Amino acid sequence: MAVYVLKRLLTMIPLLIGITIICFLVMHLAPGSPTDLHTELTPHASPEARERLMELYGLDKPLHEQYLLWLKKLASLDLGNSFSPDGRPVWDKIAERLPITITINVLSMILIIVVSIPLGVLSAVYRNSLFDKVTAVFVFIGFAMPTFWLALLLMILFGINLGWLPISGIRSLNYEYFPTWYQHVDLVKHLVLPVLLSAFGGLAGMSRYMRSNMLEVIKQDYITTARAKGLSESTVIFKHALRNALLPVITILGLSVPALIGGSVIFETIFAVPGMGQLFYLSVMSRDYPVVMGILFIGALLTLLGNLLADVSYAAADPRIRVS
Amino acid sequence: MKGDFWYRFLRNRLAVAGGVVVVSLFVVSILAPWIAPYDPNEINIDRVLEPPSPEHLFGTDQLGRDVLSRIIWGSRISLKVGFVATGIAIVIGAVLGAVAGYYGRWVDSVIMRFVDVMLCFPSFFLILAVIALLEPSIWNIMIVIGLTGWMGITRLVRADFISLKERDFVQAARVIGARDSTIIFRHILPNAMASVLVAATLGVAGAILTESALSFLGIGVQPPTPSWGNILTAGKDNIDIAWWLSLYPGMAILVTVLGYNLLGEGIRDSLDPRLRE
Repeated sequence: MAVYVLKRLLTMIPLLIGITIICFLVMHLAPGSPTDLHTELTPHASPEARERLMELYGLDKPLHEQYLLWLKKLASLDLGNSFSPDGRPVWDKIAERLPITITINVLSMILIIVVSIPLGVLSAVYRNSLFDKVTAVFVFIGFAMPTFWLALLLMILFGINLGWLPISGIRSLNYEYFPTWYQHVDLVKHLVLPVLLSAFGGLAGMSRYMRSNMLEVIKQDYITTARAKGLSESTVIFKHALRNALLPVITILGLSVPALIGGSVIFETIFAVPGMGQLFYLSVMSRDYPVVMGILFIGALLTLLGNLLADVSYAAADPRIRVS
Repeated sequence: MKGDFWYRFLRNRLAVAGGVVVVSLFVVSILAPWIAPYDPNEINIDRVLEPPSPEHLFGTDQLGRDVLSRIIWGSRISLKVGFVATGIAIVIGAVLGAVAGYYGRWVDSVIMRFVDVMLCFPSFFLILAVIALLEPSIWNIMIVIGLTGWMGITRLVRADFISLKERDFVQAARVIGARDSTIIFRHILPNAMASVLVAATLGVAGAILTESALSFLGIGVQPPTPSWGNILTAGKDNIDIAWWLSLYPGMAILVTVLGYNLLGEGIRDSLDPRLRE
């Protein structure tokens, strides 16, 4: 097992280098420079002032030197300072917002598992039943649904017409005056819609995946054997089939990490959740290069870690993987 | 073979429904100037944010423009983005996948590692970063969506190439002295087009969804050009008073994407019934 983990870690190194190169190139191939923003706001700025700004940010050096410089800082989690007026370290800005984004994504992932696995298993076991057909319709709509639109509709329904749920932020304005227990309720109420919506896309995909997986497993010889032994149908399904059908789910969960993180930009912007996604959107709008680069990098890093975690847990669960 | 395809396709009601949606959208977007009841950019400050009525079936927006007409014109943007972005993704994906699968060895490793690296990025992050640094315009959107969407196609084409390159007809082409490029593009690639076609149909749906999300966030198609996504932005701004601004453009997106998805899966099932789950 240790050998497997080590091997897996080694394959991460080239990926990591690739990620840093792409992050860096993306930011630098784009025309326009952050100094444009400063100088456009103050049209009187002379070319000399512009040059001073370039020098200040190290933008006057050749590209590969800038890259190596950035890489060196990266190794110590120094992502530079934000170009925004507060000029704070990028890592601090990300770190204070990362927990909320990770919390929402972990909660959505739990929701995806809890809902879609039973859904997939049941529609496979009762194939072609009414339940299976209704689930299939739900899956098709789920794939085609623009989730930001669903967010708008749910905001209108629950936030405005029914008034059950708040539609922005993660805390009410008068949060501090609530008793402690109600502060928790307040937080939960604010998180319901963002979590539900960021899970929505994954729900469809995962239930469909689980269904086809389960159908595949049920066809196997060992299931026929289990039935032939005279085991009850529930033992066959839940003990013999389900365990085997669940294994690949680990990988799929790992693969769904980038979509979840990417989606956080949309939901955090719509619901004004102060997470990393919203910070990314705001920095993109103000051309805050270091923050954009930093978040792009952290996003890819989280994906890489998600995949690593998935592969390692798969290997822990299935000995066949470790050997090959 | 071809007869079988059409027989199976036409018997699949969902696939046919998807095809009908896709074809109708083409017709609507081509005929937009004639079927739209109003000029999509005609501002009428006397009739701002009017709810649906016989005169304005889908109501009016914050500038008094007819929402139905804007949705009809918006279909042009969606189709354009869907097709151009997917076209770019197919060209990159097919070429890289073909080269990786045909040459194998280090060429294959380099290309596939590149695919792995690209897949590490939440694609929406990458798109957002690039578009915001360039000017947000319809062309930039199409290019960037295409540049971040080719990885799946590369994997498909590579897998097809690995199995196809051992076949007799490829050996035969090699024996008569055909160049590598002829073998790749003339002989093998046409045989790998089936899976590409399916991926492309589903890719158009994905590109339309991405474009609408970007336009919704204000970094896609810029107003006053109507796109389904940027009408929804107006919907969000007037969320407590004008539900019709939020409801109808979203339905247009949902139906369109559903249509392409059903069509794509229908084509896949009809090409090879064994693939069916």
